Amino acid sequence: MADVAVVEPKKEAIKFGKKERALLTDPLDDNNPITVQVLGICSALAVTTGMKNAAVMAVAVVFVCLFANVITSALRKSIPKQVRMIVQLVIIATLVTVVELVLKAYAFESYKQLSVFIGLIITNCIVMGRLEAFAMGNRPYESALDGLGNGIGYGIILLIVAFFREFFGKGEIFGVKIIGAAPEYMINTLESTWFGWYAGNNLMVLFPSAMFVIAVLIWAHRAWNPKLVDIS
Amino acid sequence: MGDLVNIFIKSAFIENLALAYFLGMCSYLAVSKTVKTAFGLGLAVIFVLGITMPINWVINTWLLGENGVFQTDLTFLRFILFIAVIASMVQLVEMVVEKYSPSLYNSLGIFLPLITVNCAILGGSLFMVSKEYNFSEAVAFGLGGGFGWFLAIIAIAAIREKIKYSAVPPAMRGLGMAFLLTGMMGMAFMGLMGIDPAAFK
Repeated sequence: MADVAVVEPKKEAIKFGKKERALLTDPLDDNNPITVQVLGICSALAVTTGMKNAAVMAVAVVFVCLFANVITSALRKSIPKQVRMIVQLVIIATLVTVVELVLKAYAFESYKQLSVFIGLIITNCIVMGRLEAFAMGNRPYESALDGLGNGIGYGIILLIVAFFREFFGKGEIFGVKIIGAAPEYMINTLESTWFGWYAGNNLMVLFPSAMFVIAVLIWAHRAWNPKLVDIS
Repeated sequence: MGDLVNIFIKSAFIENLALAYFLGMCSYLAVSKTVKTAFGLGLAVIFVLGITMPINWVINTWLLGENGVFQTDLTFLRFILFIAVIASMVQLVEMVVEKYSPSLYNSLGIFLPLITVNCAILGGSLFMVSKEYNFSEAVAFGLGGGFGWFLAIIAIAAIREKIKYSAVPPAMRGLGMAFLLTGMMGMAFMGLMGIDPAAFK
């Protein structure tokens, strides 16, 4: 029996070189979703009152961004141009529904606190923006790297903002008391003097402070990386 | 009726979608460089919010609810259906406006597709669900929310036009300043929380 020669379609090898690394690291600095591309601000502001919520949100966005990019990229040749927005939105909405159901089952408290903002990942412009700008024109592998990088770039900013807001607003990090009023069991002990001197700044918990923190972050980022400065 | 006015005022000023919940920030920051374009986008948002809110209410209650057509709880399909409604409504509105009012289409043109991914639209619908409004309340909430968003984007665009003439540190120019200003406007709007909506009854 003669062997049937299977003609493999010519494929570029999947490798992890300089270009691929750039896809992953670019969104962390030069092309950061929040401070440079200004995408996905809405949810970034609303969920950053505590680091725990921010972490849950960051993981959710990384997941959605990664898989939406891969799926769209795999389907990119069969999506008609006119209805591509709706197709992309349906892909994203499906993934977000998965995230919502998983959170509802395994992290009900976070689910309650994040409420509508889980659903708003659908309209989180980073996901959509990356699908339009990258996944529609590239292979699934590169798209996966791009999605991962952008998700992480977004998550890092989220955690930084949440750190400042939670630390100065409530004196806590991940819900653990660091500064502020001393806990009950320490009153009248030497340890209580470590706390006491700081009173939580309620403004930091409110929405406007998220704006201020991001404004200062943008300032710092652009001062450090002058090629990003807006010259218009 | 008093209730509806109450909800309108509340959603436009006290619970302003842009300045109290920070929804729709992406287009809010991107399109607020001049008052003229901000005006167009604001109008389009009022329009689309006012249309999609009642439709989504009907879908949520009659299709997905337990007492709806299918007699089962289908709320897990909510996101997909809501976003499909919004995307197709935006497409429809775009086609209608293009056909009947080319001048309006030319001024709104590029902003209409942008609205699909404006979180204020989907967020409005999701808030409507979580607040358990009835049909007329949903309409009032949609219009009020849209109006509040419109006011907010016009206000920031006006400030940004003026601030061009100030000496802002280079790294803070443009985006950084827009963030700071929005934060301050948000603080100003927090002052409105003191209004007692019951006074409008």
